[in-house]
Amino acid sequence: MVGRGISWSVNETAASNQRTDREPAFPKINTDTSTTNKSLSGYSLSSLFKGKTKGGNFQQFTDSLTDSSLRLYAPELRKPKSEYKDYISDWSPEETVQRMQHGKAVSLEKFRSLQDKLLLLDFSVSANDGNVITAVLIYLKRTLSKEVLFRELQSRQTALRHLICYLRESRDHRLLQELFRALGRTEDEALLKYKEHLSIADENKRRDFLKSCLSLPFSPEDLALVQDHYTLLERQIIIEATDRQAERGGKLPTKTMPILNMSLITTLYYCCFYHYSEAENTFSSPLNVRHTFKISEKQFFVTALAARAELKEWSDVDALFTCRNWLGFTKKKSPLSFQRVVLQDYVALVDDAELRITLAQKHKCHDIVINIYRDLKDRQQLLGYRGKVEMGSAEERKIDELLTNQQIRWKN
Amino acid sequence: MAHSARRDCPELPDFSLLKTLARDHLIYLLEQLPGKKDLFIEPDLMSPLDRIANVSILKQHEVDKLYKVEYKPVISTSDQLCFLIRPRIQTVKWICDVANADKAAGKCRRYKIIFTPKKFYSCDAVLEEQGIIGDVTTDEWSFYLLPLDDDIISLELPEFFRDNFLAGDQRWVKTAGSALHLIHSLYGPFSKIYGIGRCSKMAYESWREQVAEGEQRAQKAEIGKVFLIDRDVDFVTPLCSQVVYEGLVDDIFRIKCGCVEFGPEVTSSDKSMKVMLNSQDKVFNEIRNEHFSNVFGFLSQKARNLQTAYDKRRGMDIKQMKTFVSEEFKGLKQEHRLLSLHIGASESIMKQKTKQDFQELLKTEHSLLEGFEIRESISFIEEHINRRVSMLESLRLLCLLSITENGLLPKDFRSLKTQFLQSYGVDHLLTFANLRQLGLLVEQQPGEMLTVMESKVGKLVNDKTAGKLTDAFSSLARKSHFRALSRKLNLVPRSDEEYDLRVPRDMAYIFSGAYVPLSCKLVEQVLDRDGWTGLEEVTKLLNGHEFAVTGNNGADSKAKGNAQRIVLVMFLGGCTFSEISALRFLGREKGFRFIVVTTAITNSSRILESLLDNHV
Repeated sequence: MVGRGISWSVNETAASNQRTDREPAFPKINTDTSTTNKSLSGYSLSSLFKGKTKGGNFQQFTDSLTDSSLRLYAPELRKPKSEYKDYISDWSPEETVQRMQHGKAVSLEKFRSLQDKLLLLDFSVSANDGNVITAVLIYLKRTLSKEVLFRELQSRQTALRHLICYLRESRDHRLLQELFRALGRTEDEALLKYKEHLSIADENKRRDFLKSCLSLPFSPEDLALVQDHYTLLERQIIIEATDRQAERGGKLPTKTMPILNMSLITTLYYCCFYHYSEAENTFSSPLNVRHTFKISEKQFFVTALAARAELKEWSDVDALFTCRNWLGFTKKKSPLSFQRVVLQDYVALVDDAELRITLAQKHKCHDIVINIYRDLKDRQQLLGYRGKVEMGSAEERKIDELLTNQQIRWKN
Repeated sequence: MAHSARRDCPELPDFSLLKTLARDHLIYLLEQLPGKKDLFIEPDLMSPLDRIANVSILKQHEVDKLYKVEYKPVISTSDQLCFLIRPRIQTVKWICDVANADKAAGKCRRYKIIFTPKKFYSCDAVLEEQGIIGDVTTDEWSFYLLPLDDDIISLELPEFFRDNFLAGDQRWVKTAGSALHLIHSLYGPFSKIYGIGRCSKMAYESWREQVAEGEQRAQKAEIGKVFLIDRDVDFVTPLCSQVVYEGLVDDIFRIKCGCVEFGPEVTSSDKSMKVMLNSQDKVFNEIRNEHFSNVFGFLSQKARNLQTAYDKRRGMDIKQMKTFVSEEFKGLKQEHRLLSLHIGASESIMKQKTKQDFQELLKTEHSLLEGFEIRESISFIEEHINRRVSMLESLRLLCLLSITENGLLPKDFRSLKTQFLQSYGVDHLLTFANLRQLGLLVEQQPGEMLTVMESKVGKLVNDKTAGKLTDAFSSLARKSHFRALSRKLNLVPRSDEEYDLRVPRDMAYIFSGAYVPLSCKLVEQVLDRDGWTGLEEVTKLLNGHEFAVTGNNGADSKAKGNAQRIVLVMFLGGCTFSEISALRFLGREKGFRFIVVTTAITNSSRILESLLDNHV
C-alpha cells in the first residue's frame, strides 16, 4: 500500500485543528489578475479610442453587478464547511468551486439563473484553477445561448481565454469562428479560417479554398501575402502539370524536386534549376516568377546563384556576378559580407583543388585559400599568400597562427 | 554560528525517493486491474516512464503487450486495455472511438484510462458525450516530478509553456502547485519563498492552499528557500545560442529526458548509441558546465592521463596485474569509452558549427545584446532568411532582435516578415500571429517611439509605460524593456575587457562573457537582498508580480543552517541547460546549492517549435 503515499501527501484533507506547530503558515498573496483583466476588458477598443474616461457606463455596470451579487452571497460564504452537506446539494457557488478543485462530485444543474452561473464562473476564475474554469465554461456553454455567453465573456478575459483554448482543443472551429466574430476579433477569425487550408490534401481544392480566403477580414498587409499564397499555388499546379507532361514526352529529365506547396523561394529555386533560360513570358521562367511576386534583387540573386552553382553551371554563376558588379553592388561593410559567404559556400563545392584555389583567389576567398594550403601542408605557398591579405587582418592572424602551429607537419 | 569565509556547498537531498513513490503508485494502479492487460502509452510519456518503471516491472504486473498511442485502430486481442495518457481531449476521443468500434463489433472488453498527473474535467466531458462513461474506468497517476539528475527535477510538461503563456490557459497551475507541495511535504518545510510572474504567484497560492489543507509532518527541513520564476520574465536567455557543453549538446543532439542519442558520426561506428547524460558520467560531469572552447583541451588532457594509467601495466608482476585488472581496468575502460564518445560529440559539434558560420552568428547575437550595430545585425538576419538557412535560426534571431530592441520598426518588420514568408512559406502567417501575441516578435507602435528613445539614451522609463500591462488586443504579451533592464542589472559586461573563459568571473561565462542571464541574475540579486527591496525599478520594468514571503517557523531557522543554503529554483515554462550551469556557478561562488525544478528542459528550438502553427 505504499502506492497511496503520493495521493495521501497531495490530496489528503486533514482537519485543520490537527496542524502541527512546526507548520509554516505562509501568507496569502494577491493573485487577482482577473480584476486587471476585467477592468481592461470592460472597455471596448472603440470606447478607448473615443477617449471615454474610466467611469464608462459598461464598466460601472459590470462592477456593480459583481459587487452586489458578492455581497448578496457573502454571509453564506462564511459558513463553515461541514460534512453533512455531502448528501444534500445546497452548495453555494464558492463551495461548489472548492469541491470541484478537490475533484469531488458536484452537480451544477441547480445553478440556473444567470447570476448564479456567473458567480460560479467568477469564483472559479479567482481560484486560478484552469481545470475548474473550463468545467464551468462547459456547463455554461451547454446551458446559455451563444449570444449571452459571448456577451458575458467580453468582460471576463481569463474565462474567455479558457473557452478559446477549450474550443481549439476540441476542434470546435465553427463556434470559435462565431466567438471571434462576436468579439470583433476579425484577424483571429480570418487566421482561424485560413488555417483550415493545411488540412486540405488535394491541391486543386486547396487552391480554391485559398481563393475563398481572399474575402476574409485580414489586415491589408496579410491579405497581400495570402493573395501571393493563392497565386503561388495556382502557378505551382500549372508548372507541375506542364513539367510532368514534358517529362513523359522526354523533353525534360525526370525531376526529383517537389514543387507543390513549396515556399515561393523554393519555387524560384526550382525554376532556376530547371527553367533558367526560359523566356519571361512562361509561367516557369525565373524572371517571370521574380516579377509576379516582387522578389527583391538580393533574394533573386542568392537563389539563382545557389541553383546554378548546384548544377555547376559556372558560366551562369559568373554571369550573375558580372551583372552584379555592373549594378554596382560590390561595396561591402562587414569583413565577411553577404556575397562573400555565398560565394564561399559554392567555391568550396568545386571538386578540383586547382580550380577551387583559382576561383577562391580570384574572388578573394582568403579563408578557403588558407585552408587549402593548410590541408596541403604547403608552408611556402601560405607564406607567399600572406602578402596578399590585408595587413593586420583576421586572415593575416590566421596565417600567422598556422605558421607558428607546432602540430602541423609542413611538407616544405 | 561562525562561518568561514569560504563555505563548502551543502549536500543535496536524495530525490530518488520521488521515483520510488511514482513507481509504487503506478504499480498500485496496475494492480487495481487484475489479470493480463495491454498497455497503451502516450508517446511523450514513454521516456519518463522508462526512467521510473522498466518493461520488466510492467510485465511483472501482468502487462502483456505495450503499444504507443498513435490514433490508429487497435490490433490488440487482449480483453483488458489500459491507457496511460496525458489529459488531452484528442487522446480521450480516440479511446472513445476504440471503445465504440468494439461495441459496434460486438467485442466486449474492459477499458481503463490512467491520466497523469491528473484528469481534467474536459476529458470527462468527452467520455460523457461519447456515451462511454460506465464502459471505461478512470484513475490518476500522481506522477508529478521526474528527477533527471542530482540537482534537476522536471515535470516533463513541455506544453505548459504554450498553454500558459500563449493561450492563457491556467490548467497546469495547480499541477505546478501540487509538484511544489510534493517536494515541500518530503523535503520541507520551506522557510522563505520568492517569486516573480503571474503564473508563479498563482502556483504559490495553489501550493499554499494545499499546504493549509494538508498536514506537514514534523521533519528536518532539507530545502530552505524557494524561488519561482515565469519563463516570460526572461525570453532573451533561452533564445541565445548555447555555448556551454551541456547546452550545446542539447541544441545539437537534443537531450530527451536526460538521455541523448549519438549518431554514427559521433560513435565512429555504424550504430547510433543512447547515452545517459548526468553526474554519473564522470567525464561528462567535468565538462558539462564548461564553455565549449575549454572542452577540447580538457578532453585531450584527460586522454593523456588515461594513457598514463594504462601504461602503468608495463613492468607489473602477475599479482599487481591481477589487482590492476580487477580494480582499475574496468573503470579505465569505462572512462575510455565515455571519453571517446564526448570527443566524438565535440568534433561533430565543431563540424556543424563551422559549417553554419557560428562565429558570425554569435557576433550578431552579441551585437543585439549590446545594442550596437543594429543595422548590420538586421542585414545579417535578412541574409540568413534569403539563403533559407535554418528556419528556426532565422526566427530565433528575429525574436531576439525584437525583444532587445523593444519591437521592430514598422518598415523593417514588414520587409523581414515578407521575406521570411517568401523563404519558408506563407503558412507562417499563423506563426507570426502567435509570436506577436506572446510579445516575442512585434512591430513598434507609433506611440512607443518615445519609450524606445528614452531607453536608448538611458533615461528611466516612467511609471506609465512600465506599468502598462497587457496590450489592447487582450493578449498576454508584455513589453520588453531589455535595454533598461540590462543597464540596471549590468547584464552586458563591458566588451573592451578581456574575458578569460577558463577562469569565469561571473555567470556571463555561459555566453562567452557577453551576457549575464537575466533569470539567474534575478535569483542572485533576490538571494543577496533577501527579497526585492532595492529592485523596485527592475520589477517595474518586468511588469511586477514579484513577491517574497516568510513562513512563521522563523524561530528554528537558525538551527537549520544547511537547509537555508539549499535553494530550489522553479522555472514555470521551462529552463535551459545554460541557466542550470549559471546557477551551479552561482552556487559555487556563494556557497549555495541550487536545485532546479522545471516544467521541462527547454531551448530556443523547443520554444519556437511550440509556437509554430504551420501544421494541422
